[in-house]
Amino acid sequence: MSLIDLSGSLLFIAFIAYLVATLFFGGAIKGTKQDASKSNKNWGKIAITITIIGFIANLGYFITRWIYAGHAPVSNMFEFTTAFGMFVVGAFILIYFIYRLPALGLFALPIAILIIAYASMFPKEVTPLIPALKSYWLTIHVITAAIGESILSISAVAGLIYLMKNVDTTKRTKSSIWLEIVMYAVVLVLGFVIVTTTFKAIGYEADFSYVDKNGAQQEITYNTPALFGMHQYELKSSGKMEPLAEMPAIVNAKKLTTVVWSVIFGTVLYGLIRLILRKPICRVVQPLTKRVNSQLLDEIGYRSVLIGFPVFTLGALIFAMIWAQEAWSRFWGWDPKEVWALITWLFYAAFLHLRLSKGWQGEKSAWLAVVGFAIIMFNLVAVNLVIAGLHSYAG
Amino acid sequence: MNKITCECGHVNPEGTHLCEKCGRPLTEEDKKQKIVDMKYEGSAIRSKTYNKTIIDKIWNFFSSVKVGVTIIIVTLIVAAVGTFLPQVVYVNVADGEDVKQAYVDSYGTFGKIYYNLGLTDIYSSWWFQTLIGMLAISIIVASLDRGIPLYKSLKNQRVKRHESFMKRQRIFGQKEMPSAEADESLDLADKKMKELKYNVRREENALLAEKGRFARLGPYVNHLGLIIFLFGVMLRLMPGFYIDEDLWIREGETESIPGMEGYYLHSNKFTFQTYEKGEQTKEFNQSKAAVNSVAKNYQTDVVLYKAKDSAIAGDTENLKKIKKSAIKVNEPLKYNGYGLYQMDFRLNELKAMHFDLVNKKTGKSLGEVTIDLADPKKVYKIDDQTKVELKGYYPTFSGFDNGEPQSESPIPNNPAFIFKMYTPETPKGETSFVAIKQTLEPLGTTKYKMKFASIDTRNVSGLTVRKDKTLPILALGGIIFMIGVVMGSYWSHRRLWLQKTADGRLIMAAHTNKNWFSLKKDLNAVTDFAHLPAWIDQQDEDDLKKKQENEKEGDHNL
Repeated sequence: MSLIDLSGSLLFIAFIAYLVATLFFGGAIKGTKQDASKSNKNWGKIAITITIIGFIANLGYFITRWIYAGHAPVSNMFEFTTAFGMFVVGAFILIYFIYRLPALGLFALPIAILIIAYASMFPKEVTPLIPALKSYWLTIHVITAAIGESILSISAVAGLIYLMKNVDTTKRTKSSIWLEIVMYAVVLVLGFVIVTTTFKAIGYEADFSYVDKNGAQQEITYNTPALFGMHQYELKSSGKMEPLAEMPAIVNAKKLTTVVWSVIFGTVLYGLIRLILRKPICRVVQPLTKRVNSQLLDEIGYRSVLIGFPVFTLGALIFAMIWAQEAWSRFWGWDPKEVWALITWLFYAAFLHLRLSKGWQGEKSAWLAVVGFAIIMFNLVAVNLVIAGLHSYAG
Repeated sequence: MNKITCECGHVNPEGTHLCEKCGRPLTEEDKKQKIVDMKYEGSAIRSKTYNKTIIDKIWNFFSSVKVGVTIIIVTLIVAAVGTFLPQVVYVNVADGEDVKQAYVDSYGTFGKIYYNLGLTDIYSSWWFQTLIGMLAISIIVASLDRGIPLYKSLKNQRVKRHESFMKRQRIFGQKEMPSAEADESLDLADKKMKELKYNVRREENALLAEKGRFARLGPYVNHLGLIIFLFGVMLRLMPGFYIDEDLWIREGETESIPGMEGYYLHSNKFTFQTYEKGEQTKEFNQSKAAVNSVAKNYQTDVVLYKAKDSAIAGDTENLKKIKKSAIKVNEPLKYNGYGLYQMDFRLNELKAMHFDLVNKKTGKSLGEVTIDLADPKKVYKIDDQTKVELKGYYPTFSGFDNGEPQSESPIPNNPAFIFKMYTPETPKGETSFVAIKQTLEPLGTTKYKMKFASIDTRNVSGLTVRKDKTLPILALGGIIFMIGVVMGSYWSHRRLWLQKTADGRLIMAAHTNKNWFSLKKDLNAVTDFAHLPAWIDQQDEDDLKKKQENEKEGDHNL
């Protein structure tokens, strides 16, 4: 078995381990009593052990791929997102050993699983580094930033559990509606994964030629049936679906098609779930959070921001500036990715000030943590894939 | 100033909430609260005390956390809006094209609105800069407003606090205890807390164990770092602190370096490499991407020279070699605080054109003429009677205007020439206009022509010359910020108060600025060890429930 195959297998093992561990964390929170029973504790012990095994396998993936590629595997969308998912698990393990809260695992692991699943929808080839990325700062900057973001994400996980526990979902309040929207967003990601995997399994490929923004003739391959055609497209493959509409040159119709397919699939999926459950998803999830202490959740949410914020500052701003000075001759250039790192940083700075001085604790703080995660995700997904900038090679 | 005198006799400055000495709540409002507000230790905050003069009002405005957070949020939103479309610096505007038109062409009406609103250069707009300036003022004012009183009151805090202070702490417990037992408890607690690395102080019947006080100063330290950083950024506007120049240098040329007086750069070679097929199969799996070539290296091999002290400006003959270097992306040439960065390139720029002077009828050549496009000569002599005069040179020929040939730029992208050819056969000379794939004979048909033979090309490197004297200040600001933020985030200020009361009780209270869970772990350890009263967290729902249940049980017992 070659190193790259081994690397892939290790990632798969980690993925499965996280799934299994999630179930065990489920066992660790069963019951009705306030204090954890002995059986709960045993389930919890098994769950964290499996999580750690998975994490070690995940690290194994990272290291073997690093050796194979000759550079830290954080240089494209697949690699970075996978690493981010891995660090989310790492951050969870860290916080778990401070607070020993199994409910956290029940929510953090599925999120990590979804992130890794999302990552594997992108091309997995080991790509050689372009000159701009050839620097040891790639390793230092990207890994530190990803670790910072993943610790901050745990805050959102704690916030989500807090909201699940404390928002009254039987009433139609702003909070309960937004909470259900969060659930819907999670299902949409699932929709994306299912759409992409399905068409990949079928082997769907449709080649098009089109005219780009600068008037040059280009080629593109769609992996899903084209809903939208690129600017002045022409279908090259036979027997494939003709696009329903043509897009102007500044819109990447291929990505738009994927997004629309994901939304359609996700929405259908969400509708089916609602049909089967006959109630909002959050009301089904809610009982899982019954036994958790809100005060503790609030502290975990705050603590993870406290731990993550300095790491994020160091990785996403300070190391980023040092590298930018080396590579681009200026430490700051208002490139979209830089700006979004600054936005994330400003947001968490506001979070800390609101909490410290304005006493925004509990529900408000939990919502802020969830919004912070949304910003991190926006920076990962939208800024890489939609907004063009110096960092767009990451797509 | 209206001083507030506490029941204990201590005189506090106006605006104090908790007596500096004993901790008694001083205002009616504070007395009503179940748990006292421990922010800034209840000390007098200027912005919360005075609000009369204009200065007070400005001070209060900037010291307000609400205002500070609002500025942060507004900055955040404005910054986000600036990423909707590429900023002006990242847009390639062709020579002569209007920037606005470029946005309209690419993004239509939205691009037009975006440009008209000034969002295409948002980060250098005066109002964005003002926003950052306000943020800086807010940081300074708020830090002075709260940091100093907090520091003072922490420094002067007493061991013994009044019971009303302790009761209003989040963590509180009490039990009746004989005096001797209580003394023993105090001794044991003293020992245990020292084991847990707390600083323990005792006074009469009271004990204060404290840990991590410096964490409270973290926010003020990191604010100081930010201010130094922003100061450094502002300093760049001062002349001499910051140099940012572009240098286009052709292979084989020696150019004086803009912004770096007395220094010259010679380019030996520019290299652009892509990954080879072989390298790709090793690293790539079978994929479509593998077909495309991926850039591997951009590199300019240069020699840096310094003019000798005696040299006149522009004299490139007398240069002292300083160093040879290969400038690559991520590997700038650094010298004396200056950096030369590989930023751009042009491949195969025309360097010279070779022509043959040919008799149109016979096709016989009288000789070759080589025109150096960067430095064309006036006359090219072939022999005594044969020569070619260069009457006009248009590096980027763009057409005629009133019969005059026009050139768009000084870079030889599309060279055109007006030649006057002298041969033994045509001693008066013949005029010919020669451009690529185009020959005109404006003054009548000629017997001879300049026949294009071949071209020489060379690569051009686009370098950036940068000097930034503010970097050490920025680095200092960054380091101080990190120290402060780590101090404030990774440590917490924990305190435990114990007191033996005159009526035979042992009371305890504890406070931390964050991480209550960790404080409780410490408290659990010391409570068992030193037989302290069972305490509860007066903010914890579960604890409160237990407390209520206990009280109910108590009712039954009665």
